[in-house]
Amino acid sequence: MSNEQALKEFESTVREWVKENFPTSLAGSAMGLEGEADESSKTDFELWRQRLAEKGWGAPTWPVEYGGAGLSHPEAKIISHEMAKAGAFNPIPLLAGMGVTMVGPTLMEYGTDDQKARHLKGMASGEIRWCLGLSEPGAGSDLASLSTRAIDNGDSFVLNGQKTWTSGADVSQWCGALVRTDANVKKRDGISFVMLPMDQAGVTTKPIRLISGASPFCDTFFDDARAEKADLLGDLNKGWSVVKRLLQHERQSQTQARSPGGGGKKASLQEKAKAYVGTDENGVLADADLRIRLANHLMDSQAHGLTVSRITAEAKGKVEVSAAASILKNSATNIAQTKNELTMEFMGTQGIGWEGVDFADDELSNVKDWLWGKAISIYGGSYEVQNNIISKNILGLPETTQKG
Amino acid sequence: MAALTEEQSMIRDQAKSWTRDQAPVGKFREMRDSGIDSGFSPDTWSSMIEMGWTGIIVPEQYGGSDLGFLTFGVVLEEIGRQLTASPLFASALVGASAVVLGGSEAQKQAVLPGIVDGSKILTMALEEGPRHSPKNTSLTAEKHGDGYKLTGTKTFVQEGLSATTFVVVARTSGAPGDTDGITLFLVDADASGLSRNQVKTVDSRGYANLDFEGVEVGADAILGQLDAGYPVLEATLDRARAGISAEMLGTAAQAFDMTLEYLKTREQFGQVIGSFQALGHRAAGLFGQMELSRSCSEAALQAIDDNENVEQMASLSKCRVGEFLYEMSNQLIQIHGGIGMTDEFDAGLYLKRARTLETSFGNRSFHRDRYATLAGF
Repeated sequence: MSNEQALKEFESTVREWVKENFPTSLAGSAMGLEGEADESSKTDFELWRQRLAEKGWGAPTWPVEYGGAGLSHPEAKIISHEMAKAGAFNPIPLLAGMGVTMVGPTLMEYGTDDQKARHLKGMASGEIRWCLGLSEPGAGSDLASLSTRAIDNGDSFVLNGQKTWTSGADVSQWCGALVRTDANVKKRDGISFVMLPMDQAGVTTKPIRLISGASPFCDTFFDDARAEKADLLGDLNKGWSVVKRLLQHERQSQTQARSPGGGGKKASLQEKAKAYVGTDENGVLADADLRIRLANHLMDSQAHGLTVSRITAEAKGKVEVSAAASILKNSATNIAQTKNELTMEFMGTQGIGWEGVDFADDELSNVKDWLWGKAISIYGGSYEVQNNIISKNILGLPETTQKG
Repeated sequence: MAALTEEQSMIRDQAKSWTRDQAPVGKFREMRDSGIDSGFSPDTWSSMIEMGWTGIIVPEQYGGSDLGFLTFGVVLEEIGRQLTASPLFASALVGASAVVLGGSEAQKQAVLPGIVDGSKILTMALEEGPRHSPKNTSLTAEKHGDGYKLTGTKTFVQEGLSATTFVVVARTSGAPGDTDGITLFLVDADASGLSRNQVKTVDSRGYANLDFEGVEVGADAILGQLDAGYPVLEATLDRARAGISAEMLGTAAQAFDMTLEYLKTREQFGQVIGSFQALGHRAAGLFGQMELSRSCSEAALQAIDDNENVEQMASLSKCRVGEFLYEMSNQLIQIHGGIGMTDEFDAGLYLKRARTLETSFGNRSFHRDRYATLAGF
């Protein structure tokens, strides 16, 4: 049987399975169910999670022994496609926090057999949520200057310090943290990556309020917190190479532009612009300057989408952590931010509301997206850090002579 | 680079090594300095014919290989890298497209084999003023006996001095600005009443202005339909736009490579200048633009091969690759500093070519406007 035939057959198996197992009460409701839903929806949601987890489809490309289904990337794509068609969704990557997307793939590469056996299944089932303790108040783009200390205490490390921007720390069960284990060597050579449970006396969290309002981010404080030595990921003092890999996985997950782009099927940006700005007798947007900038944005968005497809095709269907991730992260950032700015602009005074009945829902949500969007060029390696990576790692230009 | 077939990869490798070894930018410089009117070296052109490049989009029954536009793009990119001058694009892409799309069986048999074996050089005679505006065609073709009589002028005709046959865009009815009433004619370069004059452009290629003083042609000279030539014209132009974008991508990619090499070797203040973050970030930005431009260029060529969404993709490609070439050609000079300003160095040749390519078949603002119109705003 040819590969194509096999995929076709797989597709109909998936369609059948989703039809039989997805609780139709959840159709189209996506991820918004956590917390706010009524009891029966919660029961259905939990049932759906369990069914997916048993099938290994929460993290379908992971090996079966770690809770995945051992499927290929094209097969995984078919699953998400078929789910979308049925109004279904895979809540597990979200429930696992940073587990499925970042910690898991890195753990598979650097972890011991014992660590893989203890941690991966909880991520793949969505039962254990992970957060990441990387940034600190004094270590943002210059992450390697972090100062949270981990002192050797026999079978464990004792941690003291503050992490910030730990997304979901207040609702996570485990944390992957970057800590200083040797203060007497070059800063990148004295860092280790440890994993620790959040439910212990030495760990406290405090949510951070942003310019856009409430956020998933927290400050996380370690006061004599404990991490077992068995949960050191990678070698002692080799945490920098672990985190570099981890961040590549993060960039990879951030390369999708959020803008629908030219010719998209959803209510297009140009249609919205026409509704606010008006048109001349030929249907041409009445603001000539905005029209050109809108055209540029749609072209950027389309060029980005074509580049993602091209790079995927060149990798022969395998979506790998590639050198292109930095380029794509920066272009996705530009597109997302420009989209919100243009929307705000054509909405005029309707585009600057904070709350209340004077504004429509999509007007208010654009304001929140616009404010939140300023973070995209800062997190996961800022715009400037990506440019450093491109110039150094891809183009082979020499290290800058600046300190750091 | 797109996921190429084995055949496309072979053609790319052949084009890469041939342009680099046999027709590098140094050869273009020699041609320029020798003052050949045609704007290309005859031996360069005959090698291209021998390699079969003139038949890439011509159907097999007319002597071509029918390999498609993505394959042609692979060749054009390498040509763009070395500024290799020849009538390949004007004749075997633009001219051949017009005949394949609009020609009768008799015209295809009469013209296409000649394009492939090089005995004919076709080119399109379209522009009449300084701005690209196909529907504003005003050169008139009046009914005259059984045939037509052409009167008017054409400007900026590519390879206009060496062409044997022109695809002339003429008005048979209506007024400038109307898309109806446009008709395409095949006109021999030695037709009585037709004269051509060299136009010396900044890129030293073979452009000409044409004068039609009552040029008489038979009714069989009409390519496609009387008064309804516009759809074939637009389809031909979109092929030209996608094709020239591939050449532009090559020109810009070579400018990028030259600049990157210079960033790694030129020393000032005791270190290579590529170690300065201002220049590293500029290079990173240009590299990102190059990757996005490549996707647009390849997608436009593929769109023609698939006959899907050709108009939008052609405008996207011409505009985005054009944007990158504009930036890159300026940075080529800026980052090379003083040496970039000298005629002895090649940077100037790339800058000059860049702007000529930009004005051809619609510049960025033409295609941005067209893209917006196609997207419904």
